Amino acid sequence: MNLEIALLLGQDGIVNGAIYALLALALVLVFAVTRVIFIPQGEFVAYGALTLATFQMGKTPNTIWLLLGVGILVALIDTIIAVRGGNLGRLKRIVLWNLVLPAVVVGLVLLLEPGKLPLAAQVALTLAIVVPLGPMVYRLVYQPLAEASVLILLIVSVAVHLVLAGLGLLFFGAEGSRTTPFSEAQFQLGTLAVNGQTVFVVGTSVVLIIALYQFFGRTLYGKALRATAINRVGARLMGISNTMAGKLSFTLAAGIGALSGILISPITTVYYDTGFMIGLKGFVAAIIAGLASYPLAAAGAVLVGLLESFSSFWASAFKEVIVFTLIIPVLMWRSLTSHHVEEEE
Amino acid sequence: MTAPILEVRDLCVSYGKVEALHHVNLKVFAGQIVTVIGPNGAGKTTMLSAIMGLLPSSGEIEFQGEVQRDIEVEHLVAGGMTLVPEKRELFGEMSVEDNLLLGAFQRYRVGDRDEGKTMDQVFTTFPRLRERRKQLSGTLSGGERQMLAVGRALMAKPKLLMLDEPSLGLAPLIVREIFHIIADLRQTGVATLLVEQNARAALQIADYGYVLETGSVALDGQSRALADDPRVVETYLGLGGKKH
Repeated sequence: MNLEIALLLGQDGIVNGAIYALLALALVLVFAVTRVIFIPQGEFVAYGALTLATFQMGKTPNTIWLLLGVGILVALIDTIIAVRGGNLGRLKRIVLWNLVLPAVVVGLVLLLEPGKLPLAAQVALTLAIVVPLGPMVYRLVYQPLAEASVLILLIVSVAVHLVLAGLGLLFFGAEGSRTTPFSEAQFQLGTLAVNGQTVFVVGTSVVLIIALYQFFGRTLYGKALRATAINRVGARLMGISNTMAGKLSFTLAAGIGALSGILISPITTVYYDTGFMIGLKGFVAAIIAGLASYPLAAAGAVLVGLLESFSSFWASAFKEVIVFTLIIPVLMWRSLTSHHVEEEE
Repeated sequence: MTAPILEVRDLCVSYGKVEALHHVNLKVFAGQIVTVIGPNGAGKTTMLSAIMGLLPSSGEIEFQGEVQRDIEVEHLVAGGMTLVPEKRELFGEMSVEDNLLLGAFQRYRVGDRDEGKTMDQVFTTFPRLRERRKQLSGTLSGGERQMLAVGRALMAKPKLLMLDEPSLGLAPLIVREIFHIIADLRQTGVATLLVEQNARAALQIADYGYVLETGSVALDGQSRALADDPRVVETYLGLGGKKH
């Protein structure tokens, strides 16, 4: 290996690491607020990438029908509960978020011929389809189980992952797709050739991470999410509903997932199950951080990215093995250094 | 007479097959301090949790003239009810200032954005919190934590403030300070429901009192009358009033 190759691998590792960092942050967030280990995160990555790719092929992605269907289901359940409880005031919000909003998105997709729109509009439409699925999944699956143990929530997460991955296969088929790059620019940095897409991915990730940091540190809603993560009862007593916090964190996680998928789809071919692998690597990074620390998760993600790219050079057949084996020493170190705390409730 | 701000009728709470609270009736009027005293395990905390909607219960809870069906904590907080729980439930890894801000969350949500002003009022009531505003709440002393818990509750501009054992684990001097502040709150029109084991201090500042024993109201009356009642004197105030 010479310096040139090392730099190239380093660049690759940092690009992937940036994506893993975003996913790891979302995993830590969702776990802290809802105690859910969000395995379906990867499906949001795939849905984001493949929905955009479908637009670019000039077709209509089937995810719009999923959005409409899930929206109707949520609206039905919530309406029944609202009517039974005599809370008719809620109906307006229920209809707006679960019926009107998806209907508008579907209408736009069908009317606009997204294949001919500029890239930014395609990305916006993709996000508008995929992101609302996050809070809807939370409402349908996790909200009724809010008091369940972490283990049950994990098992449910596996189920949700399998369902969404299956739907992904149904919607997008087994073939992979790529999308057009955001930037065709190419420039020289010393001996290293850097392409625009790389800069775009890393830059967007850094901006997003900073934005998240500001959100949690400066805004009342961000603080409310942190408060729920620290003390659920205390948060409820302040009127911060755990349901609201759960939906908000799932919205953020779905947004981060979909955006990550959109960012990587010009670099790698994305299949319906690619997201799962990417999500798992974000998960390794989150584990390194003990599912608790945001900066550690981001650092762990870059480590995972670099480890992956260098091991693909030296031992490409064992690339995944090496990355996932990283969990073992980390878990050993964690279980030796941390005290065992009984799970609450 | 005006209608009570809180009226509890026939409140029962069960943990599994064990009924912890039997047919409790209680009223709190605006600007009044009502205390519930009683020994450990009498069901005082259970009662507050049930009123706040943290525990399922049967019976009727009428808050501001509205019978609460299908009680939700968040809904009650929005309506002006707050609970300072026995364990304080502060956000330990957040600053004093952030803890206070979150106290105003429900108001902020509905567009009431004068939390800065309310925070100034809280700082005037508890100058110690102003000094510690940037400090993490987990690093505060016991007394300061209690002040923060009460201050955080006041950030919601409550109409009914429920306090669960505010004196628990605090030095007598600080207990006195906190009770002074609770007594002063009456002037702002806030109704207070004060649950205490420290019966002497509670009856001194309260207008009306209930004695809760093994899940039922054993006695109730004007707090002065209660303080003179031989049964209360013997059990809760001790001979010659030397308790605490």
